[in-house]
Amino acid sequence: MTANGWFQIAFYLLVIVLLTKPLGIFMTRVFNREKTFLDPILRPVERIVYRLTGVDEKHEMRWTEYAMAMLLFSGVSMALLYLIERTQKWLPLNPQNFPNVEPGLAFGTAASFTTNTNWQAYSGESTMSYLTQMAGLAYHNFASAAVGIVLAIVVIRGIARKETDKLGNFWVDATRCLMWVLLPICLVSSLVFVSQGVVQNLKPYATVQLIEPQTVQVTGPDGKTTTQTVTQQVIAQGPVASQEAIKEFGTNGGGFFNANSAHPFENPTPFSNFFQIVLIFAIPSGLTYTLGRMTGSQRHGWAVWAAMAFLFFVGVTTVYWAEARGNPLLAGTDQRASALQSGGNMEGKEVRFGIANSALFATVTTDASCGAVNSMHDSFTPLGGMVPLINIMLGEVVFGGVGAGLYGIVVFVILAVFIAGLMVGRTPEYLGKKIESYDVKMAMLAILILTFTILGFSAIAVVKPFGTSSISNPGPHGLSQVLYAYVSSAGNNGSAFAGLNANTMWYNTSTAIAQLLGRFFMVIPVLAIAGNLAKKKIVPESAGTFPVTGGLFASLLVSTILIVGALTFFPALSLGPILEHLLMLAGKSF
Amino acid sequence: MKKNLIIAVWFTLVTTMIFGLIYPLGVTGLAQLFFRERANGQLVEKDGKLVGSRIIGQAFTGPGYFHPRPSAAGTGYDPTASGGSNLAPTNKALLERVKGDVQKLQSENPGASIPVDLVTTSGSGLDPDISPAAAEFQIPRVARARGIHEDEVRGLVKKYTKDRDLGFLGEPRVNVLELNLDLDQHPPLH
Repeated sequence: MTANGWFQIAFYLLVIVLLTKPLGIFMTRVFNREKTFLDPILRPVERIVYRLTGVDEKHEMRWTEYAMAMLLFSGVSMALLYLIERTQKWLPLNPQNFPNVEPGLAFGTAASFTTNTNWQAYSGESTMSYLTQMAGLAYHNFASAAVGIVLAIVVIRGIARKETDKLGNFWVDATRCLMWVLLPICLVSSLVFVSQGVVQNLKPYATVQLIEPQTVQVTGPDGKTTTQTVTQQVIAQGPVASQEAIKEFGTNGGGFFNANSAHPFENPTPFSNFFQIVLIFAIPSGLTYTLGRMTGSQRHGWAVWAAMAFLFFVGVTTVYWAEARGNPLLAGTDQRASALQSGGNMEGKEVRFGIANSALFATVTTDASCGAVNSMHDSFTPLGGMVPLINIMLGEVVFGGVGAGLYGIVVFVILAVFIAGLMVGRTPEYLGKKIESYDVKMAMLAILILTFTILGFSAIAVVKPFGTSSISNPGPHGLSQVLYAYVSSAGNNGSAFAGLNANTMWYNTSTAIAQLLGRFFMVIPVLAIAGNLAKKKIVPESAGTFPVTGGLFASLLVSTILIVGALTFFPALSLGPILEHLLMLAGKSF
Repeated sequence: MKKNLIIAVWFTLVTTMIFGLIYPLGVTGLAQLFFRERANGQLVEKDGKLVGSRIIGQAFTGPGYFHPRPSAAGTGYDPTASGGSNLAPTNKALLERVKGDVQKLQSENPGASIPVDLVTTSGSGLDPDISPAAAEFQIPRVARARGIHEDEVRGLVKKYTKDRDLGFLGEPRVNVLELNLDLDQHPPLH
């Protein structure tokens, strides 16, 4: 670990703090339909969208109608994505003449992008046409991010409003989110990325002549090794920058290329890398301010922010420490950090990012349910790879995915005040609302869905040949690979221990189901809580009210998150990464 | 329900037009207008032929060239199959591979420990850079093979060493392709 590494991490956190308030205020204004500086340009377009789609912008919905509209939109847009994938061969903007995507993979990918997971069982550069990338995949980066954000807004409205069953209009919220929050920043960011070297074109792949032709060993399908001479390199191209911006800002994480943000065309410089991780945390962090502002308790917003920041800091410290220590099994290598090299465990990492930026990116992308990667988590040291796993297991509430992080943390807040209420023997309250058995049941349901999905599917996959045959790393690491696949799917993260061969019938189907369960069976209980809270009266605060501001509350919130996570997943972790760590220290390999 | 279903269909179509077509095509237009070279992948031309991209690594194995890191992309540095090895730190396949590379490199510089990036694959398999330590390690071999003075090679390495962005972001790095292209401008390889 180096002073410069720590400075980068501290500087990053500083930028996030500074962005929180302005973004939080801006989003409050957008969703309260107050005036913003973008109105003169966007308001006329907004009106046209409503006219074309038949939306009545005055209509307010109850939580059930809101949920229905959200599900219908997700269903219809998922069907369109499936259709585009299955017909891309006959559609324009396919200069490499890729065939139509196979049904299993097309379904898995459609589910994955609709649920904001962006789990990828394919390599973008050899599978998807430019049209599929733009109008199918990048479009869903926008759509699924908007769905996540408006759901968080509905939950905040549920807390803030009283004695009503009206929570807003899904179509209006989604439109304003897309046009005011996502589009302008993506437009600017994509040009920043191009200026750094992220490609943005519609050209066929470029063929170049190698300066020094290479002799390589190729293993054919029959298992025979032959020697071939390679004289050319085919360089993939595409409209990458426009997708890169929303991939990070919408915490989607689906790479244009297989290597995702490790690829020099997606993430060419340390500056573009820094810009990407700022985009990932921007909205989730800003939403904590929106929570405070809309509910009239700014200090509550900051208490939630502080709990998140604490968990983030613990995570990034652990990964940085573990990766900087390196791999003790690599004899004969120099892994010490110096002025001439970053050292550490460099397998799967890029030289321009080194250890500090790879550790920071890995923590950020799994705290938020982003799933973009700038280094390969599968090759991390056991403890360095365990942190991303734990971050997702905790429910991705450490800032979390856009919207998903906020409604996720509200679930834990409800549990925390419930536990505090039990301890002092009072009916728990949350910002003036009595928390009753219905709310706690729904909160528990949201948490249990995740647990059942992850542990259930993992248990099947590690005992059946159709599951174990995809494992690429033997020993305890194999369990980590399978576990990571379902944690990432159910948590709608999308990063992977990518050695696992996920493009099989079993994994395509089971991860898709895990993603759909993890998204929709999470948000429906959450919407039910919002609907129920909105109906309640405000109870005036009294001396016995447990405050949801300040250090005591933040610590209780952190403890609740950690206890729930530890009780659920510790046994699995001890058989995977923890065991691997101990064996690695003992000099064992597999 | 029926009303919302009809809205859902129209809403999907209208927003796909805006965010799936107008937005990316608009960005493409602006990128081509303002950053043409970067938007097209910073391709390098030599004697009228395209020979690579400045920011995509390519393989070099001859003693007179600086070597990049090992690559797990296809058969090595294949930009249509980007990706890492995804080998776990405890995987024998990784340990064997590194051991072999370490032995090979130590034969040119006996007893030295090898800068770790020179024997590990990158995440993309297309890493255009090596660390300054990895470049320094290779200077004697390159100088010997080309019959030029080590200091001359060291000067070139320095020329293609990039400092951290803004002085603190990321890590210092040496671009292998640019360095090797410049080497070829110097006394010819024999």
